Amino acid sequence: MSAEFLYGVEVIINGLMAGVLYALVALGFVLIFKASGIFNYAQGVMALFAALTLVGIMEGQVPFSHIINATFGTDVHNFGWTVPALLAIALTLVVMIIFAWMVHTFVFKHLVGQEPIILFMATIGLAYFLEGIGDLMWGSDIKTLDIGIPQGGSMWVENLSKHLGGEDFYGFFIDKLDIVATIVAIVLVAGLIVFAQYTKQGRAMRAVADDHQAALSVGISLNFIWVLVWSLAGMVALVAGVMWGAKSGVQFSLSLIALKALPVLMLGGFTSIPGAIVGGLIIGVGEKLFEYMIGPMVGGATENWFAYVLALLFLVFRPQGLFGERIIERV
Amino acid sequence: MKDSGAPYVTADGRQIGKVLMDMRGITLRFGGVEAIKDISFDIREGEIRAMIGPNGAGKSSMLNVISGFYHPQEGEVWFRGEKRPPMKPFQVARLGIARTFQNIALFDGMSVLDNIMTGRLTHMKTGLLAQMVWKGPAEREEVENRAVVERIIDFLEIQAIRKTPVGRLPYGLKKRVELARALAAEPKLLLLDEPMAGMNVEEKEDMSRFILDVNDEFGTTIALIEHDMGVVMDLSDRVVVMDYGRKIGDGTPHEVRNNQEVIDAYLGVAHD
Ligand SMILES: Nc1ncnc2c1ncn2[C@@H]1O[C@H](COP(=O)(O)OP(=O)(O)O)[C@@H](O)[C@H]1O
Ligand SMILES: [Mg+2]
Repeated sequence: MSAEFLYGVEVIINGLMAGVLYALVALGFVLIFKASGIFNYAQGVMALFAALTLVGIMEGQVPFSHIINATFGTDVHNFGWTVPALLAIALTLVVMIIFAWMVHTFVFKHLVGQEPIILFMATIGLAYFLEGIGDLMWGSDIKTLDIGIPQGGSMWVENLSKHLGGEDFYGFFIDKLDIVATIVAIVLVAGLIVFAQYTKQGRAMRAVADDHQAALSVGISLNFIWVLVWSLAGMVALVAGVMWGAKSGVQFSLSLIALKALPVLMLGGFTSIPGAIVGGLIIGVGEKLFEYMIGPMVGGATENWFAYVLALLFLVFRPQGLFGERIIERV
Repeated sequence: MKDSGAPYVTADGRQIGKVLMDMRGITLRFGGVEAIKDISFDIREGEIRAMIGPNGAGKSSMLNVISGFYHPQEGEVWFRGEKRPPMKPFQVARLGIARTFQNIALFDGMSVLDNIMTGRLTHMKTGLLAQMVWKGPAEREEVENRAVVERIIDFLEIQAIRKTPVGRLPYGLKKRVELARALAAEPKLLLLDEPMAGMNVEEKEDMSRFILDVNDEFGTTIALIEHDMGVVMDLSDRVVVMDYGRKIGDGTPHEVRNNQEVIDAYLGVAHD
């Protein structure tokens, strides 16, 4: 096989890995949107907040230390301990569940039945609020997140694939972090599917996503389900935040990845979990491949806009997304 | 009319038990509109209780009060001898009160079987972790629930469509699936809002038979709303007649039919 072809394959593999992250963020959107009709603009900030919290807990940071010091004239920053990664992840999950409960109880419970645009505006407010709180709690400096995931190119993959090409092919370069991220994402999605299909709470969640009135009549508490989906979205955000943070550092630009989830949703449809996953992978592969093949001709940096143009094309030619049913106007 | 509250046996030998649900002085307003005006009536164990009246009489509103979807401004709801505090619909469902809707509320994206399985949610007790990881008790529970659901599917003769997504079914079958889902909860009280509306004659006959059989075989207490006087006469033990939010008659079908006010209401008000 020619080296050029094999490097193309490498680009596709790396695109798939990037797509996994887009898919994860999009999945968080879909979970909340299906169950409550809320388009959660804050999903990306939730990923950032989760990652910040994880780093803060691991490093034993005192939350709100800035305010505490300013108010009491103290000078505390650290508890002086560090927390092991797994325990810190569990604690962060608890924080995200508390956050889910608070978001529902203090905001969306009072907005039930409002227009979608009002709910959307509320999530924009939530996004900025959460960004501010994250800043206040843990500070605004860029943090490195190291939970012990191996980084750098996998020699194993490189050596294994070396023989595929000729002289000038050195094997696939695939980041170990990406491999771990993909495995974690697959486990997460599999877990979510088992949960949704086979547990009582999962059934109730699907019921609420389908019809609120009917769900109530079979004894499902809507409030419980809404806290549940916000918690699940928080969990998905945590995974996305950890993966992205480990790769590029935990910083406020992390919340911008949420914007990439928008074209993913245009492709996959706003209510389809398989759509979010496939849409994420297509965008990931598409933008890497496009940059590899067309990028050099147009001066590069196509990854900034490729996804949006693709989404635009979809909006024009297939507005229901990949998996939505054809929209036929009733007359 | 038998008001003493003691169990009795009807002329055709049906066992009627104690008062199960007692509505006392219910008044329900929407803004300035009084949908229900100071209505009292009861539902007894084992009976089929009908509510009839012209469109807009307040029948659905009354069913919604019973099932917790509406909350009356005045009056008390007594269930199994206890005063029921204001409750949300899902709490009422957990008390063992199942219902269907006038405009059908099913989970269109799910199969018939999955829809009916949601009716079992109030009976599922195993914890979340056990369901996902530790299979034993969760599996046993699932098998039991499936058995109940399969029995209902056989009973309502919908085996052929059990895997079909509900959204694709014709209207008459949707009504039947909705009944199946309500039955799956094994309710103490079953509320049916116009179970035969929009059906053809044959479908109506089937539905009538199912309602009688449910009452007969499972002993389920049923309160139903129906437009068609003829159907009500055939099915019900006692009838509440409503008109413009008021109760204008209450008794056996025979008693109600000969009530002058009821006759006037039915002749005076066009009903479709
Ligand atoms: N959710 C509601 N909001 C406002 N008015 C309502 C609502 N539900 C019912 N009503 C009014 O209450 C009255 C009784 O309606 P309903 O109980 O549906 O009558 P029926 O079922 O006997 O046809 C009608 O005037 C109707 O417009
Ligand atoms: Mg009605």
